Parts: sequence; C-alpha cells; structure tokens
Amino acid sequence: MKTHLLPAFRLTLVLLIVCCVLYPAVVWAVAQAAPGHGQGVQVSHKGRVVGFANVGQKFDRPEYFNSRPSAVDYHADGSGGSNKGPSNPEYLSTVRTRVSEFLRQNPTQQGSVPAELVTASGSGLDPHLSPAGAYAQVGRIARLRNLPEARVRALVAAHIHEPLVVFFGPATVNVLELNLALDSLANR
Amino acid sequence: MTIELIGILLIMGATMLLAVPLGRYLATIYRGDTSWSDFLAPLERLLFRLAGIDPTREMRWQQHLLALLTINLLWFFWAMLVLTTQGSLPLNPDHNPSMPADQAFNTAISFLVNCNLQHYSGESGVTYFSQVFCLMFLQFVTAGTGMAACVVVFNALREGTTEKLGNFYNYFVKSITRVLLPLSLALALVLVFQGTPMTWEGKMSLVTVQGDTTAVSRGPAAALIGIKQLGTNGGGFFGVNSAHPLENPTYLTNALENMGILLIPMAMALALGYYLRRPRLGWMVFGVMTAGYLLLQLPTLYLEMHGNPALTAMGIDQRLGALEGKEMRLGAPASALWAISTTVTSNGSVNAMHDSLMPLSGMNTLLGMMTNSFYGGVGVGFLNFFVFIIVAVFISGLLVGRTPELLGKKVEAREMKIAVIIALLHPLLILAGTALTAYLYARNPADYAGWLANPGYHGFSEMLYEFTSSAANNGSGFEGLGDNTPWWNISTGVVLLLARYLPIIGPVAIAGLLAAKKYTPESAGTLRLDTATFGLMVFFVIWIIAALAFFPALALGPLAEHVSIGY
Repeated sequence: MKTHLLPAFRLTLVLLIVCCVLYPAVVWAVAQAAPGHGQGVQVSHKGRVVGFANVGQKFDRPEYFNSRPSAVDYHADGSGGSNKGPSNPEYLSTVRTRVSEFLRQNPTQQGSVPAELVTASGSGLDPHLSPAGAYAQVGRIARLRNLPEARVRALVAAHIHEPLVVFFGPATVNVLELNLALDSLANR
Repeated sequence: MTIELIGILLIMGATMLLAVPLGRYLATIYRGDTSWSDFLAPLERLLFRLAGIDPTREMRWQQHLLALLTINLLWFFWAMLVLTTQGSLPLNPDHNPSMPADQAFNTAISFLVNCNLQHYSGESGVTYFSQVFCLMFLQFVTAGTGMAACVVVFNALREGTTEKLGNFYNYFVKSITRVLLPLSLALALVLVFQGTPMTWEGKMSLVTVQGDTTAVSRGPAAALIGIKQLGTNGGGFFGVNSAHPLENPTYLTNALENMGILLIPMAMALALGYYLRRPRLGWMVFGVMTAGYLLLQLPTLYLEMHGNPALTAMGIDQRLGALEGKEMRLGAPASALWAISTTVTSNGSVNAMHDSLMPLSGMNTLLGMMTNSFYGGVGVGFLNFFVFIIVAVFISGLLVGRTPELLGKKVEAREMKIAVIIALLHPLLILAGTALTAYLYARNPADYAGWLANPGYHGFSEMLYEFTSSAANNGSGFEGLGDNTPWWNISTGVVLLLARYLPIIGPVAIAGLLAAKKYTPESAGTLRLDTATFGLMVFFVIWIIAALAFFPALALGPLAEHVSIGY
C-alpha cells in the first residue's frame, strides 16, 4: 500500500485541478454567453424582478391562474415532492379536498378536474400547467376580472408551448408568463 | 399523450445508436490504439509526470486492487474533511453549516462508492465548495474507478496466459480525460444554454407577482449535472435532482440527460466485444441487458400513463397519466423512461418522485436495482454481469457434462466460490438490512414514527427501497423516508461500502485467476458464449438468483399495494 500512497496523493491533487478548477471554469466562461449569463433566466415586470422563467411560483389568489399544489409551498430554496404513495389514505383524502375546493371555486367547470391541479409536482416548483389545466380556470378568471371568457380563452391559447417536433414531450403553459400577460390584459 | 411514446422510442433508439460508436471508441482507447482523441495525450503525460506515475508499468490483479483501494481510501478522508468543515470554507454564500459526523460519513461513503444516496438537500445541506471540490470530484473519479476495474477484467479475458493486466492509473486517467470529461462538458454546455445556472452567486430573494417573498437557490449546477448523469452517479445539485426546473429545465435537457444515464453503461457492454475482437460477444451481453431493461421499462410506461386508479375513482382527469410527483414539462412517459433508466444503471438521479410511482412501477425500479446488471453502473455493471456469466458457464458445463470453460480457461472451484459469494451478497445485504430495520420499526413504531411517510405496504417498500438502492449503489430513494438519522446513515453507509468494493474485488480476482490459467484454443466441443442460447442462459440465471430471492419481500410491499389499490 505504501508504494501506492504517494502516487495516489499526487494524482488526486492534479485531478482536483483538472476536474474541479479547469472543467467548471470552462463551463462558467461559456455560460456568460448563455441567456441569463448562467445565473438563471430572470423575468422582470414593471422594472422589478418578479421571478425566474423556469422556476414555478405560488399563485393561489383566485384572480390568477393557479399553479399546481406544492409540497414545499413554492419555497425555491428548498425543493421537494410530497412523496405520498398512491394508496396512502391521508393522501387520497387530501386530493379529494382539493377536488371539492376546485369545484367550489370553479362552479362552471364541466367534466372532470385535470389531474395536475390536484396533485403535487416532483420539485414543488413546477412552473407549468397543461393547456387543459389552464382552460379549466378560464371561467373563474373571466368572472373575477370582468373580462369576456373568449378573450381569456384566447390568451391561454396564445401561451401554449407546443412540444418540440410534435412527439417530444407534452404541451405546456408557463403559469408566470400567462399571469403576467393576464395582468397586462386587465390593465389595458 | 400516446404520441409522446414515439419520442420515447426515439430517445431509446438514439441512445443505442450512439452507444455503438462509443463502444468501439472505448475499446480503441483502452487497447491503446491510435484514436482521434490522441491530442489529449500530452495532457495525460503531464498528469502522470506531476503524479510521478509510469503508466506503462504492467500490474498483476492484486496490484490493481491495491492501487484502486489505496486511492479510494484517500478520497474518503478528503470527503470527510471537506464535509465536516464546509461551513468555514470559502464558496458558501448561503451560509450553510458543516455536516454532523454521521451525515458526513454517509455522504462521503455514498459519493465514494458512486452511489450518491443523499441524506441531505443540495440547497441547504452542502456548500458550493463541497459540491464542486468534494462531490463533483468524486463523481468523476469514482466513475473512472469503475471503468478502470472493468477494463482490467476485459484485459484478463484475452487469449493466452498472462499475469500482466495493464496499468490501473492508465485506464483510470484515460477514462476521465478521454470519456467522462468531454462528454460531461458537452452536456453541461447544452444545459447552460437551456437555462441551468452556472454561477457562484448565492440564492436570490425576490417578491413574486402576487406578493409573496421567496428566495431562489442557484449555484454552479451545470458542471455537476453533466458528470452526475454520465458517470452513473446521480447525486443532484438541488434536493429533488432532475425534477428541479433549474436542474432539468426543458424536455430537450431531459432527453439528453436521460441519454447520458444510459450511454456509457450501454457502450461498455459493446466495448467488451470490440476490445476482445469478438464483437458478437459484446452483442450477446448487450442483448441480454436490453431484454432485461425492456422487460422492466415497457410495463412501467404503461402503468404511469394509465394513472392512479384511486384518483380515477374520484373523477379526476388522468389523460396525462399519474402526475403526483411529476413535472408537467416532462410528463408521465418521460418520467417512466427515466425511472427505469436510472435504476437499471445504478445512476439514481430522478426526474419524478419514485415514492409516488404506481406500486408496480415502484417494483420495477426495485427490480432494476435488485438485478443491477441490465447495463448497470459505468464499469461495475459489466462486473456484476460477469459474475452471472461465470455462474451460467458453470451451470451450462454441468448440464452438458464437461468442465466449464470461459473463453478457453477452465472455471474451477475457487472462481465459482467467489462468484457465488458475490452473487448472493447483494440479496443478503438488502434483505438482512430491511428485515432488521422492519423489526426495529415494528417493535417500537412510536419511536421511529418519523421514518415512514406512508403507512402499510408502501411504508415497507420505503425501507426495502432504501437498502436496495444502497446495495445497488444506486442512490435514488423513496424520499418520503426520514433517512437522516444515525441508524439510517450508519447502516446504509456500511451496506454501501460492502456492496461497492466486494463486487469489484470479486470479479477482478476471478478474471485475474483465469488469466493466469492455461489457454486451450476453442474447438468444436467448446461452449460458445456469443450465442443466443447462452444469452438466454445468463438471462435466466440473473432472474433466478437476483430476482426470485426478492420475491417474498416484493410480495409484502409493492405487490400487496397493487392488489389493494383497486386495479
């Protein structure tokens, strides 16, 4: 073992320089040319930073499109899922409560409630809804904001991100983006 | 959503197509033949000169293991030192504290053994210094260690009789400079352009649109994510790993990160064939691995896309599949793809919470880790598979009534003993660990109430998963488990150590012993390894040894839960 100890020690030192100084330095340098300069892509509204494009934030006021339930209440310095198993009775009753709460707030909702509105995301910071999840809230928002339903519906349609080349992934709506557009619409 | 399946199949297919040239390339560089990457040779020479190593000095198998274990021991002390003092070290803008000893022990071991079980959360449990100089460092070097050990076995399987099996440091350094660094760099660069942070700034406080105060964690994430995916490490930068929208911002990054999980393990299987100039042998190994992988992957895709029947009963629209613990930009099919990719390969990164998978999907992730040889970890996946080859050769030999032979070398009692011990070690560690823990819990449920996030069968699955993940050096978890306690930190730490080094030592020893034996050229009576028949034999040996041993435990956990949920 002695004969291997010194080379091992020296090799560790040089690899620390290659893998932990040079490699991150290159990634960091290139990141300066990327959107957000490697600091995360920030979104500003009326001259102040209101969030990160990729990081979900809490929208639970009824006049906004609500984001998904979150196990960490959208605290973006500590991500987490609910980790509830599919058969957990306590979990199932939570979901049941969310369904009736959603139906209470959205009495005009027809048909079943889209699953993402009553289930917590993996990160607790999911920035998206499915188009169905956004459309399901249109009636409520139009009523509370005194807007024609068709306009709110058109707003959602304009903010759907279609999947990359049809089959790579689901269609999504970024909730932050949609709500900022909604605010500007209401202000006009 | 069904149309997304086309995308999923394309991702799988593209990974396999890339694995073929990568397999050839691996064989070329390990054989020392000329390759396009020879422009890196001066860098390697410089590294060896600074380290005082002669990379041409041939080693016997014992020397390989000694070199491997010595340098690993050194890394353990380095990791303990960094983790227990990180609070006072630089690059800590969020002022995170040092780790307590038991948590540091678990974390150091878990990254040292390429497992990356995380009993901390990235945002608050470690500093940027630890992430880069300790955890990311170990992600590179432990992947390199596994690959080097695997090449020693490749080398020992060549024709002829020899005790000289190449130089450990040579294989190790080349794995890093020629494979892991370039591929990680490529992935990391795509990530930064898709929105993953690479910054030394701390978390940023802000007031949201509706007026809540929050803070967004950031950091030098992109560099770490590159190697975490490619080195089958899996230890994420943020707490929820690749479910985090900064760690895996888009469907494109998800597809590439998923390919990163499978690529090197797939290529390593093919590299065996190219290295020995018996490409059919590589294809046999790859074929068996792929069959096992698909057997777990396809039902999981179906189950996750089908949704939770208990939610369907409440009249919830699950056209997009089961969404608890999943992200909308990724969706149920891509989450199911990842769940199996990450567990068959001992990667352990996640893009959805495994605790919330459907019961039988959870079982398939468990089976991926219980077999631990369908692709498997970089390097070590083939080492596990090699043990099953030995067992299959032995059984086949007995069936046809002649001395078992592997590529012209007689397999005798000594090799068989090692192979069987290694094959049975895995179920022993998992089942004994789970049994002991379940006993502790059942005897004193009030004291240990914090352990389980879910009652009943699922709670049992959480404990079983933690030990399976540790023994497979996987690192994913049913994360509802309250695992940052001295019992979990120490018990899984011990399992991690045994389950990493013995399955490296065993196969290297077998290969070394075989290499020194008399070589008899193949004849008409030789058992051919590169045939579908032998492939089938290995396939069944794996399922009988590795999967059936676990059946009773699976019946108590996921199977019982499946039956209870209303399918």
